[in-house]
This record gives sequence, structure tokens and C-alpha cells, in this order.
Amino acid sequence: MSTSSLTPISERRASGHHVSMFLRMIFRAAVLRRGRALSALIAVCVAAAVSTTLLMLQFDAQAKLQREFRNYGANIIITGQDGTSLPADATVRVDSALAGRGVWAPFAFVIARTLSGQAIVVVGTDFVRVREIDQFWSVSAWPETRPCPQLPCPMLALVGVRAKQAFPAHDQPLELTFQGRTIQVAAAGTVQTGGPEDSRIYISLPDFMAWSGISTSTIEIAATGSTAEINNSLVALARTFPDAEVQPVRRILEGQARVLYRTRSTMLAAAILVAITAALCVLSTLMGWLFDRRRDFAIMKAIGASDRLLNNFFMAESAALGIAGALPGFVIGLGTAAWISSANFHSALTPRLSVLPIVLCGSVAVTLLAALLPVWRLHRLQPAAILRGE
Amino acid sequence: MAACSCRNNLFARLVYESFRRQKRRKLLAGSAIALGVTVATAMIAVATGVGDKISRELRTIGANILITPQEDTLDLEAGGVNLKPPSDGAFLRESDLPLIKSIFWHHNVLGFAPMLPASATVQTAQGPRPVPVLGTYFAHPYSYGKEALSTGVRTTNPWWKVEGAWPDDGSQDVLLGQKLAAELHLEPGESVTLSGNAHKVSGILFTGAAEDGEVVAPIALAQGLLGRPGAVRRVFVSALTKPEDAFARVDPKTLPQGPIYDRWYCSPYPQSIAYQLQQAIPNSHAEPIRQVSQNEGVILSRVEGLLFLITIAALLASALAVSAAMATTMFERRAEVGLMKALGAANYSVASVFFAETALLCLLSGIVGFIAGTVLAHQIGWRIFGSNIELQPVLLPVVLLLAGLVTLAGSAAAIRRAVRLDPVFALRNTG
Repeated sequence: MSTSSLTPISERRASGHHVSMFLRMIFRAAVLRRGRALSALIAVCVAAAVSTTLLMLQFDAQAKLQREFRNYGANIIITGQDGTSLPADATVRVDSALAGRGVWAPFAFVIARTLSGQAIVVVGTDFVRVREIDQFWSVSAWPETRPCPQLPCPMLALVGVRAKQAFPAHDQPLELTFQGRTIQVAAAGTVQTGGPEDSRIYISLPDFMAWSGISTSTIEIAATGSTAEINNSLVALARTFPDAEVQPVRRILEGQARVLYRTRSTMLAAAILVAITAALCVLSTLMGWLFDRRRDFAIMKAIGASDRLLNNFFMAESAALGIAGALPGFVIGLGTAAWISSANFHSALTPRLSVLPIVLCGSVAVTLLAALLPVWRLHRLQPAAILRGE
Repeated sequence: MAACSCRNNLFARLVYESFRRQKRRKLLAGSAIALGVTVATAMIAVATGVGDKISRELRTIGANILITPQEDTLDLEAGGVNLKPPSDGAFLRESDLPLIKSIFWHHNVLGFAPMLPASATVQTAQGPRPVPVLGTYFAHPYSYGKEALSTGVRTTNPWWKVEGAWPDDGSQDVLLGQKLAAELHLEPGESVTLSGNAHKVSGILFTGAAEDGEVVAPIALAQGLLGRPGAVRRVFVSALTKPEDAFARVDPKTLPQGPIYDRWYCSPYPQSIAYQLQQAIPNSHAEPIRQVSQNEGVILSRVEGLLFLITIAALLASALAVSAAMATTMFERRAEVGLMKALGAANYSVASVFFAETALLCLLSGIVGFIAGTVLAHQIGWRIFGSNIELQPVLLPVVLLLAGLVTLAGSAAAIRRAVRLDPVFALRNTG
């Protein structure tokens, strides 16, 4: 073999094939010991999947639990000063102050009397809105919200289970009188809550206003969002209604804040524990994989590879493993979080792509950290000793 | 006989020497198992205890069961204000209230607060005017059997905030709702005249509800104003319950006497506790407050479900970490396997030495991990919930068994590979 025929190869090698050689080494390392490489990849993938699941749930579960708290009903109540009616445009103002961050229902109250003289609270409301805000009500049948063509015709009412006892037998309508004006109400269904609602009769707000001449005096609002967002809604409403009382329902707001804080902290503690365990899994697997290849590194050192080259090789390999494991891990974790969300909260998960860079960086950081100890041991490696099998 | 004893001695020495000579390796593998067991123990403890903790947190939303007189007139509450005349309707007997603690689920009753609305005349700048007075327990001591207990709104209504001091239940001191105090220009420590009698204002009450405009007083004071000693209008009960399901909503009167009825009666559903309260208090009607009890069940089941699924993820991660660590440890010891086999050891002898080592390591590390997990669970309990997370002793054998299975499963594949390897390759480290 002449020198001239070797020159182009050495020139080719010298002129820029270092990178391709480097990549080939990484690729071959994975292919030749595919069993060990695959187990290292699976370890990173599992760690990334578990971390993705917990991070996704950390964000999503809070939003879902906030929504569950809405079922407690109103967390803000607006009432007219000293029981007076609210302004005619109150509902429009509520809509504009809430800006879609909650639902509300109007209420107007009078104490009417039955024919026997029994006092009973009659409430005018919007049934469609009440169904939305007071989901804890146990209702046998909701009245249709149709206006009464002319008085006195039996108005369809939702009757509290205790108030139902005031009704005549055989589903006959009940006659109610307020300030000399009489109406007849027929029970369309009953409501049971275990609270004051059980003693009331609910009719539609237009019917109520036509009969009593009294308009909305209370608006119950179930504002959604975090505690801070609900407080913002409260401030906006107080500014919108300077002449009315805007009160937070403190027992619900405080309970919500406490439960959400505790749940978030517990999940965070779990996430940290799982992340540490997953990192340990990656660490031990990766160290085993590198230990397994110490003869390869001994050969590399024996034929003249510098410590720096070995370091770079090791780090690049670890980073590649981190990225290669993180990407499928993210997808699997996303799927698992979606399943947990659907199984536990019966609603779809809102995926957050902002979790991807966190998982990617975390995986690379853990794999690089896992490589540190073998790299340190590599520096002390005596090629001759390894190659002799010591 | 002598050969058998010799073999046992050798076996024990092999295992012992392995621990004595490979301290670093054993420490690493042991740490992995201990960490895995720590995480598993802590997460199982948190997942099993979180239901009770969150349930207690949800109790801060207020009472979940209401006891009223059986033959009561209708409530006249409109816009948060009770307009029912105080003397109207029926009453419960205050002396019957300790019977609340006589029910089957008495340990689940965290507290109760009786309420008695009354009315008094107070002097304002515009002249005398009636003000609503609410009689209740603050932290009232009572006893049932040999148990000395205390109950009242301080337990059942934790969102009530007082500026100043809470009145003593045996005193004539009162709390003024913040709106009323502002209207009367009164501060804590001053006195207010109610229907001709002066009472010390021990504090200003902030509730965000109707009580802000009322005088809240010890129940005896309200009974005196109403002229009904020993009377109570209603009782709010705060009880730990389990989430409602379809079975909870069954009417107990429709259930046949027997195991099904017993299961309903002996489950801490809001309905069954209310049913027992109604049986315990004469002439009473008890009912779950749906706004609280129903949502509490939903939120509780959501949080419990979430933590349960996260615990499974944590257990899987722990199992994988332990398996991976064990597989790596076994892989590193191929040369030993080669040597043993070269000296004539059978495959099963080699495997049994390694399995024995693994089992011993798992037992020691498992116990350390369990203790660490217990400490971790306690820390989580105190830091997050401000109370202890109880660890059931039965968890120790369960966790050790799980750790043993995971460790042996993690080691099994590596041991099998090691014993199958030709001793020549193993000794040359080229396998």
C-alpha cells in the first residue's frame, strides 16, 4: 500500500470527520449494548413520564378543584342597603364586573301569608341561573319559567319540602297574600337543601315582580378562580356597587383557600419524592451502563483519547439519552395525566406545553448528574489494569 | 450430617463476608432500597391519611348536620336575616344535647353549637331600638359519661373572627357584630345595655354574615331574655363523614333489618349520622345540610382519588429505582459468580447465596426505610396539615413484603444472567 493512496483518507479524517466519528461512537455505543442502553433509556423515559404527570396535575388539579368549589354555591353576596332593592341595571353591572369569571342569580324576598294566616317566605328568582349556581339543591322538578298571562292564575312554583306542608291536599294551589294582593301558586316540584330554602316558595322573578311590585334585592354570585382572582372580583363588584353591601361568604372562601393550599402542598411533596426516586432510578441505571463499558473507555484511553474527549463523549451521550428519554416520557406522562384527570375529575386535561422545557431540562440535568461519578472514576482509570481484567 | 452443617456454615460465611468486604456496594444498594421504601411508606401513609385531613379542613366550611325541633314552624329567613319571632315555634332541650355523644359515630362528631335567637332593646343615638341577640356556646365545657369535653362555635364556625376576647360561656359578657358595634360606637372592654342590663363587650365579631349585625351571647343570657330557660332553637353539628353514594341516600325505613340496614347504619354517611342524632335527641329532626355535606363528599373523593393515583405513580417509580439499583449491583458481581462456578458451585447454590444476600439487604434496608418513611410522613403531616399522620403498624409487613418482591424481581434477571454466564467470560469480564 503506497503512501499516496493513504493520504486522501488521513486528509479526509483530519479535515472534519471528527464530528461524524464522535456521533458514530455515540450511536455504536447504544447499538452494541442495546439491552443496557434500552434500560437506561426506559429509566429516563419513566422518570420524565412521572414528572410530566405530576407537573401537569399540579396545574390542572388546582383548576379542577376550584371548579368543584363552585358547587358550594355563592361565595359573594350583593344586597341592597337595609334590605332595599338593587338598581334596575344591577345584573348588567354584575356581568361587566365579573367579566365571565363566575355565575350569578337574582333573588327578591317577601313574607306572604296563607289563607290560614301562616307566614311564609316567597322568593322571586331566575330558575335557569339558580340551577347553575345552586347545584347542591335537590329538586324533584323545576318549574318552567313562563310568565303568567293574567293574575290571578296559579303560578308554577318550586316549593321547599317543609313549605309544602302548607299546601292544600290533592295538589291544590295555595293562595298567598302580600299587601292585599293575592296569587295562587301550584307546586311544580320540591326543593330540599337542609337549609332555609326548605321553608320557602320560589316563583319566577317576572311573576314575583308583577305580583309584589318588589324587584331584586339580593344577587348571589359564585365567582371562579383562585383566592386572589376571587378577591379581585370582589373588589371590582364593590367598586361597581358603592351603595350596596358586597360581602364575601367567608366560610366558603376560607375553606376553599385552606383545602386548595393543603392539596397543592401534598401534591408538591409527592412530586418532589417521586422526582428524587425517579432521578435515583436514572442514576443507578446509567452508572451500570457506563460501568459495563469501562473496557471500551480503557481502549479509547490506550489508543490516545484525551480525558477531555472522554468527558465530552460521556456528557454528550448522557445529554442525548436525557433528550431521547424525555420526549417519549413527556408524551406518556401527558397521556397518564389526561387519564387521571378524566378518571378522577371526569373532565379533559388542559395540556400545558410549558411543562415540556421543564421536563427536558430536568432529564438532561439528571442524566448529566448521573454521569458525573463515572466521569470522575474514568479519570482515575488505568487502561492497562482494565484491559488485564483487574 | 457433618457435610450438611459444613455447607450451611460456608453459606452463612459467604453471605457474611459479602456484607463485610463489600461495604460500599452494599451501602449503595441498601440506600436505594431504603429510599424506595421511604418514599413508598410516606406516600402510602399520606394517601391513606389525606382523606381524614382534608375532611377536617372541609369542616372549616361549617356544620354539615342541622338538628331542629320535630314540630317546628317554617323558617322566615330572607336575605340572610331571620325574621321569625324568637318566641314562635318549638324548642329543643339544652339538657339533651350531650346525648349527641351517645351515637354510634360519636367519635366523628367534632363539635356542635346550639343556637337560640332572642331580642333585646338597646339604646342608640336615635333612641331605643330592638336588636337581634343570638345565644350560643363558644367553648362550652360538658361531659358525657366519663368524658369531659368542650364544644361551641369556636369549633364549628372557625371563620368567625373576634377582635378582643371570646366571652366565657358562664359569663354575662357578649360579642357585638362589627356592623352593630360601629353603629353603637362600642369597643371591646366597654359595656352595652341590653333590655336594661349592662353587659361587658368582650370582643367585636366578624363573620361576613347576618351575625355582623347582632349581639352574640352565651346561651343562658339569650334564654333569660326570651324567658325560656334550657331552650334551644336549633343545633349545628360538625361531623366527619364519608362521601355520599347512592346507598347513602336510601331511606333507612325502606331497608330490611339485617346486614344491609347495619351496613347503612354503621357507615359514617351524613344521612346515617343525622338519623342516629334524630334517634338520640328526643322530639328532634336532624338533616344533612346539602350545601356542605354533598360538596364535601365530592371534593373529598376527588382529592383522595388524586392522591391515590399519585401514590401508585410513586410506588412504580420506587419499584423501578430499586429494581434498577439491584440489577446494576448484581451485574457488577459477575466475576464473583465466575469464581464460584469455577470452584465447582452449582447454579442454584450461587443463586441462593445472592438471593439470601438480597433478602437480608432488603430486610435491613426496608426497616431503615420504613422508619425514615414514618418520620417523613410525620413531617408532611405537621408541615402541611398541622397534625400528625397516623401510620398503621400493619403497614410494616406490607411494605417489607412489597420491597422484598420488588428487590428480588429486580435482582432475579441479573442473577439468572450471571449464573448462566460461562465462568471463563465472567472471570475475564467480557460477558
